[in-house]
Amino acid sequence: MKKLNKLFWALAAPVAAIIFTLIFVSIILLFKGANPLSTFQLIASYGSQTDNIVAELNQTVAYYLAGVAAAIGFRMLLFNIGIDGQYRLAIFFAAVVGGATNLPPFLEVPLIVITGMVVGALWASIAGYLKVKRNISEVISNIMLNTIASGLIIYLLQPSRLGLKGKSSDNLATPMIPKSGWMPTFHIFGGQLYSFGLVAIAVGVLYWIVLNKSVFGFNLRATGMSFRAARASGVNAPRMVFITMAISGGIAGLTGMGELLSNTHTYSLAFPTGYALTGLALALLGRSNPIGIAIAAFFWSFLEQAAPALDLNGVPKEIVMMMQGTIILATVTAYEIVKRITRRQQQRLVGASEAPRVEAAEKGDKK
Amino acid sequence: MQKKTLGRALAGAVAAGLALSVVSLTGTAASAAPKKMIGIAFDLGGKEQPGFNQLAYIGYKTFAKTNPGWTEKDLQGNGGDTDASRAQRLKLLISAGCNPIVVVGYSYENALKTVAAANPKIKFSIVDDNIDGAANVEGLLFHAEEGSYLVGMAAALTTKTNSVGFIGGVNIPLIQAFEAGFKAGVYKVNPKIKYQSTYASNPPDFSGFNAPDKGHEAALGMYQNGADVVYSAAGSTGQGAHKAAFELGKGHWSIGVDADEALYASNAKYKSAILTSALKNVDVGVASFLSDVVGNTFKPGAHFFDASNGGVGFTTTGNYLSKATVAKLNAIKYSLASGAIVVPTDPTKVTLPQG
Repeated sequence: MKKLNKLFWALAAPVAAIIFTLIFVSIILLFKGANPLSTFQLIASYGSQTDNIVAELNQTVAYYLAGVAAAIGFRMLLFNIGIDGQYRLAIFFAAVVGGATNLPPFLEVPLIVITGMVVGALWASIAGYLKVKRNISEVISNIMLNTIASGLIIYLLQPSRLGLKGKSSDNLATPMIPKSGWMPTFHIFGGQLYSFGLVAIAVGVLYWIVLNKSVFGFNLRATGMSFRAARASGVNAPRMVFITMAISGGIAGLTGMGELLSNTHTYSLAFPTGYALTGLALALLGRSNPIGIAIAAFFWSFLEQAAPALDLNGVPKEIVMMMQGTIILATVTAYEIVKRITRRQQQRLVGASEAPRVEAAEKGDKK
Repeated sequence: MQKKTLGRALAGAVAAGLALSVVSLTGTAASAAPKKMIGIAFDLGGKEQPGFNQLAYIGYKTFAKTNPGWTEKDLQGNGGDTDASRAQRLKLLISAGCNPIVVVGYSYENALKTVAAANPKIKFSIVDDNIDGAANVEGLLFHAEEGSYLVGMAAALTTKTNSVGFIGGVNIPLIQAFEAGFKAGVYKVNPKIKYQSTYASNPPDFSGFNAPDKGHEAALGMYQNGADVVYSAAGSTGQGAHKAAFELGKGHWSIGVDADEALYASNAKYKSAILTSALKNVDVGVASFLSDVVGNTFKPGAHFFDASNGGVGFTTTGNYLSKATVAKLNAIKYSLASGAIVVPTDPTKVTLPQG
């Protein structure tokens, strides 16, 4: 009974959040004169077409890594909004190094991946250093670092420096990575699934183990809960903040690696942006839990895949963004409500078991 | 007890949701797609934002006027786009029955390469790019530097302070070509002119094409630095520059881009400050592609639009350019068209003429 009760409350929050979102979005759709039921049906049926599933999974991998990068920061109460700059700079340099070398595949691929992680970590550690040594909010420094990263990349991407310009194209790109630096894709469902997804799974497992089963993870969580208490109990808290920021940046550097290694093989102006906000949203939605983030990331790309299909059918595609936004707010709120309800339940339980003694004590007082 | 309340609340919510859905079932029904349909895949910004996306749309409208029965479906890009999501957009247009399809912007290059190869029966055109070897893709390429060269000369011939400025939207080769042309035109008239330049944003931040506040600030800075003519190749960011010129009043000029900006409704207030506009007639390119497809005269490969075929030019709305200036520009336009003058596309290579 007690277990059932616990399960109910664990499921209550996400279910309530989803129902609330569906109702809220239905109302907005009705205002726009669109049919909610057929809209949801369209999203569901379009998103679950097999070739779309493959595209969604590839996108999920990128979103997942951005989400994990954000979640690592969250555990330390760090808001790593610099994921975007870290990721772009990392992929840029990874592409440059990959394009300039031609080693056997078992060396070339790790070289590219590690370059990305190192660059991401170094870029993030600037914000970490400023936070620890100069007490500058990581939000401010990271936003600035994002802008600086953009400037640095476009400076280096000029044809006279590290970039190339197409013959009849206005795109700028780094030199192509040779075939030895390509990662294979799985041909399934008429699509091409990036094998980099396996790395993402490994990252998720590692994240869980390090956080829950290691001294480092314990220190990290302790510092996140209370900087001063952790410090008082012998944890080098500033060092933990610095390292966490760097790790978060290193994982951010893996975002988009699947796209680079299995599809474009070059960094260009057409590379996707905006992973910082998505990552933070997913870490919130997945409650910084490796499986939660994976579910959230898939849900996210599932919705986004359907957006243009909605547009073609006369439903504004912005409805997808609205759904995403509503579900985050609803989830965060629902979990908070559930937390309060279960806490009160616990208090009542404790109260009930303590009641006879309290009563006895009170009687004693009266005497 | 609490569980019951929540359960009841959930049940109520579900019922409400169902009720809503039932009500809405009586709503709109999807209409069958007509057969003659053009697909347009826009870049960031979309058709509502003045600039090259909108011009592509105007190109379709020009075509549709003389070719009744044609309708369009369009989809718009966003910042998180990958090659996969761009390809998906093109496939969606195909599955909706669109043929031909107009693709706006070089960022679609990779996506179009694969989609065009997989759909040989669909005709595509891509603005500002070309897919080498694709038998069903026409590349619409513009010598925008030629139009910018003309307005560069216009600026140099008009300035009283011997100082001009350039505001680029985003620092990418596409816009750098505008700057190169402008700078070369300015120096062609007078190598001693003081030249200032800035870009509103760096990629991947493309907000510089849609930031009138930034354009206003940048232009004010240039005017205060002595410039009296500023050219903005920056989408609606240029509107801010027009505003700055208008506020400073007589003797301060602003130059528009892509289309005749003096005719934009959003610029109505400032049109007395708009000296001229450098035309990059994306609409002409798109309309010519569509007519070629319909008239069975479609030819794949790069199709250049420049001074020789009305692809680029300058405007004289308001007659603010002196007669002598207009005459001179028209003469130069012939030299451009004949190839006697070749304009550079890289601003760093535009140096002062010797002597």
